[in-house]
Amino acid sequence: MADMQNEEIPFMQRVLDNHFLLLFLGIAVPTVLYIVWGIMEIIAIPIAK
Amino acid sequence: MATTYRNCPRTGLQFDTEAEKLMRWNAVVGVVFLLIGGIMALFVILTRWPSVKLLPADQFYLVLTAHGVDMLLVWIIFFEMAVLYFASSTLLRCRLATPKWAWVQFWLMIVGAVMGNYAVLSGESSVMFTSYAPMQASPFFYLGLILFAVGALIGCFVFLGTLVVAKAEKTYEGSIPLVTFGALTACIIAIFTIASGAVILIPTLLWSVGIIKEIDPLMYRVVWWGMGHSSQQINVSAHVAIWYAIAAIAFGAKPLSEKVSRFAYFLYILFLQLACAHHLLSDPGLGSEWKVLNTSYFMYFAVMASMIHGFTVPGAIEAAQRKRGYNNGLFEWLRKAPWGNPAFSGMFISLVSFGFLGGISGVVLGTEQLNMLMHNTFYVPGHFHATVVSGTTLAFMALTYFLVPVLFKRELILPKMCALQPYVFGISMGVLSLVMMGAGTLGVSRRHWDMAFSGAPFQYEWPGAAYLMMGLTGIFGVIAVVGGAMFCLLIVGSLLFGKKLDEGKVTTERTPFPPNTVAANVSSTGSAEHVAVPGTMVLAMLLLVSFVLYYFVNWKYLSEVWGLS
Repeated sequence: MADMQNEEIPFMQRVLDNHFLLLFLGIAVPTVLYIVWGIMEIIAIPIAK
Repeated sequence: MATTYRNCPRTGLQFDTEAEKLMRWNAVVGVVFLLIGGIMALFVILTRWPSVKLLPADQFYLVLTAHGVDMLLVWIIFFEMAVLYFASSTLLRCRLATPKWAWVQFWLMIVGAVMGNYAVLSGESSVMFTSYAPMQASPFFYLGLILFAVGALIGCFVFLGTLVVAKAEKTYEGSIPLVTFGALTACIIAIFTIASGAVILIPTLLWSVGIIKEIDPLMYRVVWWGMGHSSQQINVSAHVAIWYAIAAIAFGAKPLSEKVSRFAYFLYILFLQLACAHHLLSDPGLGSEWKVLNTSYFMYFAVMASMIHGFTVPGAIEAAQRKRGYNNGLFEWLRKAPWGNPAFSGMFISLVSFGFLGGISGVVLGTEQLNMLMHNTFYVPGHFHATVVSGTTLAFMALTYFLVPVLFKRELILPKMCALQPYVFGISMGVLSLVMMGAGTLGVSRRHWDMAFSGAPFQYEWPGAAYLMMGLTGIFGVIAVVGGAMFCLLIVGSLLFGKKLDEGKVTTERTPFPPNTVAANVSSTGSAEHVAVPGTMVLAMLLLVSFVLYYFVNWKYLSEVWGLS
């Protein structure tokens, strides 16, 4: 029992148990890759003269 | 006031009484909007059926808007609120954080849904679910959607707050159960979805009342799909959680590898929302890098996650059945499954339909080149009827059959009809999705009221097969509506006339879930003992072969669109 308590929790499990880190990643990744990048592409379209 | 808990004598689950009321009311209101959306579906289908063509154009777009909003948002998100409260408060044996705010969630969503429906049904907002600018709806349409979304956001925070309470009060050890983790994934995607909705719907509301002069249509489309498509990814995460839950309820099944299943959810959290971009694959203002990276390379991680879930859920069932002794041949475990239990049959039809029809067609739609074959054709609603209706709605229906005795303490009425309903709804919806995709492949437009373009100066001669597909769409659409009506009748009838069941004791104390009960199975963590699952391997190979064949058939079809010589 004592061994189990001392056993280090694997890194990936710590990530998956950190619900607010997951919340941050789940919002940041699509916001950057889909929304921000998409808006940058639209802004870069030259305006017709 | 002290929190009280009801101990369900049938399952061993322990419900915070306030959370239980919220689950019941969210689920009931969800079913009411499913009924409204289903009535609208009948009008839609009878109008797109070329030989019936029931409604004139203006009324068709009105009912199509109501059908889209009520089915894709209102019914599903109300039900998901019930799922979030169940997965947090009930599975973690914990009081619900801030029940008063949870009631604010409920009433805001009601006000938003009623306002949105009023705006549509009054005939001032026939802009369809996508409501693309510069088409303008009544301000009440946008305000209704915003209020609904704010309500849902509050529900997400109540869920997250409940996870914090459970951790602080040590109601569980180690990691949260896999079903709760699936609900957490749905919650995270919901927050991204609602934030995207706020970013675009608030300026659109201001535009509709004249404060802002114009909304850039392309900008609108990019940000709106962050809400429009992601809202359907909430469903995917939620219904996969329900698959795991029903496998645990019906068989005591544990995932083949819980670590792998959790990692698959992690892939959903990172990448599932990026599939939004497939709606913009034919838009000229966005570059190929943005399109291809979002819909192909990154989206494939999410596709891999779905394939993992699609393998581990039947694998877990097979492992549990083989441990019970159903070891003959490849499929005795499946033959001896409880096919008369609508919770299981609905879940399994949902899983197969989602994988074979929704999953494969989703990957094809997400491939930039192949998308050109069916972009904005009838193929698109064919695809999402396979994912959202055969996948999500049927999984929610399956869970409801389990919840009626547990949450509402009523016996289901007409048990034979209950056993039949998932087959009527699931099979007809599967065929409907297929024939819709068939019509779309032949070029039938996604939304146009009249595929024949009657009275247009330049006529288009459709192949006879296109009319055949649309006729079959009509027939199977009507059968699917009958299946949906059966569900509403059975559930409402059970709540009103079902035999009352023992409620169980109400206490102020939390107690551990008794071993070997449904409660212990659904809330457990860890993987199944290693058992070979050859039947599931065969099913997985069948999916892979179907996918490869269909994918390359479409490339062949694409190569024939424009001759090179």
